[in-house]
Amino acid sequence: MLKDSTAIVGIGQTEFAKRLEESELELACRAINNALEDAGIEAKEVDALGSFTFEENDEFEVARNLGFGELHFWSQAPYGGGASCCAIGQVALSIASGISEVGVVWRARKRGDPKSRMWSHTEDKVDDHWKWSRPSGLVRPADESSMLMRRYMHQYGYTREDLSFVATTLRKYANKNSVAYMCEKELTQEDYMNARMISDPLCLYDNCLESDGAIAVVLVSSKRAEKLDNKPALIHSFSQGMSSEHQLMTDYHGKDPLKSSSYVTAENLWKLSDYSPQDVDVAQIYDAFSPMIPFSLEAYGFCGEGKALEFISEGGIAENGEIPVNTSGGSLSEVYLHGMNLVVEGVRQIRGVSTSQIANAKVSLVTTCDATPNGAILFKGE
Amino acid sequence: MIKNIPVPGIEEYEKGFWEAALESKLVVQHCHDCDQPRFPPRPMCPQCHCLEYTWNQVSGEGEIWSFVVPRPPLLPVFEEISPYAVGLVSIKEYPLIRMIGRLKFNNEQNEDNFEEIIIGSEVQVSFQKISEEICLPYWVMG
Ligand SMILES: [Zn+2]
Repeated sequence: MLKDSTAIVGIGQTEFAKRLEESELELACRAINNALEDAGIEAKEVDALGSFTFEENDEFEVARNLGFGELHFWSQAPYGGGASCCAIGQVALSIASGISEVGVVWRARKRGDPKSRMWSHTEDKVDDHWKWSRPSGLVRPADESSMLMRRYMHQYGYTREDLSFVATTLRKYANKNSVAYMCEKELTQEDYMNARMISDPLCLYDNCLESDGAIAVVLVSSKRAEKLDNKPALIHSFSQGMSSEHQLMTDYHGKDPLKSSSYVTAENLWKLSDYSPQDVDVAQIYDAFSPMIPFSLEAYGFCGEGKALEFISEGGIAENGEIPVNTSGGSLSEVYLHGMNLVVEGVRQIRGVSTSQIANAKVSLVTTCDATPNGAILFKGE
Repeated sequence: MIKNIPVPGIEEYEKGFWEAALESKLVVQHCHDCDQPRFPPRPMCPQCHCLEYTWNQVSGEGEIWSFVVPRPPLLPVFEEISPYAVGLVSIKEYPLIRMIGRLKFNNEQNEDNFEEIIIGSEVQVSFQKISEEICLPYWVMG
């Protein structure tokens, strides 16, 4: 029912910076307005909304600023970095099933200020599942991600040098993307090796940016998309995934903690699709922390178990590599907006307008956070 | 930011764990009906849906599955003692049960020698009192 029946036809964003003066509401409105203009669709036609449970702007606030008409569907996807593809997939399902006709999904976020870091708001008493880790000093998402990377390095004989290629490869993409936060700054392996450690074995450059900005996309049925100017990015397949015994971010209690929820999403995504990993031209892989890229490459079947860092160090995710990854710079070097920048880059690759365009890209994968319940979308060009 | 070590809230189905910890004992929650062990504690057995459970003491021996060494910026209480090591430890009797805890050397001279920490090496549980109700497990390296 869903396969190829809906498409992203509009993308819009604000500037990305350490600090933007506007409120998150103004940022959301500007990004959505840009996406609608890009699509060539009137605001009053929008009747479905998708957002994040982490989003501070309510649907009705957004709707009455943009002058949307009467709404028929809205939903919010949970778990921050795991949410973008889920929010989009749910709106796509509502369009494919006939509940709604024009959908908007957005994320606006001001995270440039260090005071906005979620871990820094840890309270005296921890009542959720983090009670089993934070009192012992495992407090930040970087620590939680680092735990799995240390094990992976031990299990497969890798070092920090091997991991450095994730950050340096993504920075090269950002250096070509004029809107990327890190466009002007080069990153060498030497810079990486000398960087201050944040949670050994992870250093500063293994962490995503702290930044402000907003991004939005517009969805319609593929039938409607035919009448619009932009080349549609068809939603070929979509799935969410949560592994057995999953625990948010501290996902350490399954049979093998290196087998994340991404394995669940990937298996179903390929099952629902006409394609296999070999057919994918370009991928945008969620990267709040650099380990999530090698872990996801293995989960989605781009390389064998324990092979990802070797694959990456040999140029596998670079522009002329087997599967170019995060071609606008990703969360490590373009902007951190809970992965919505990865979605619009996945669409740009289908349109043929990326700053690191992969020639004739027809199948484009976008994933979400490896360490949370997550989801993924496989986009297809005509 | 908070000044003290954050303290875990205690649910009814977690009481057995923390009461034993106050007596320096490490226990694991087991299903009353099918005896399946589980961690973290929870009200229902995922295997048979039984809502009753028992607490079985284990030796307190474990093996380092992985560890990290956090550096600033951190909560003030952890920034003060940074760098320190936090481990994920497999329980000897139930290797699939893994618990987070500080890793400490058994002699103070080694204190900052994180290169000496080896995944797979054996550790023994110990407890640090952080509030009236909570003795937090940590792991001592050989
Ligand atoms: Zn049972």
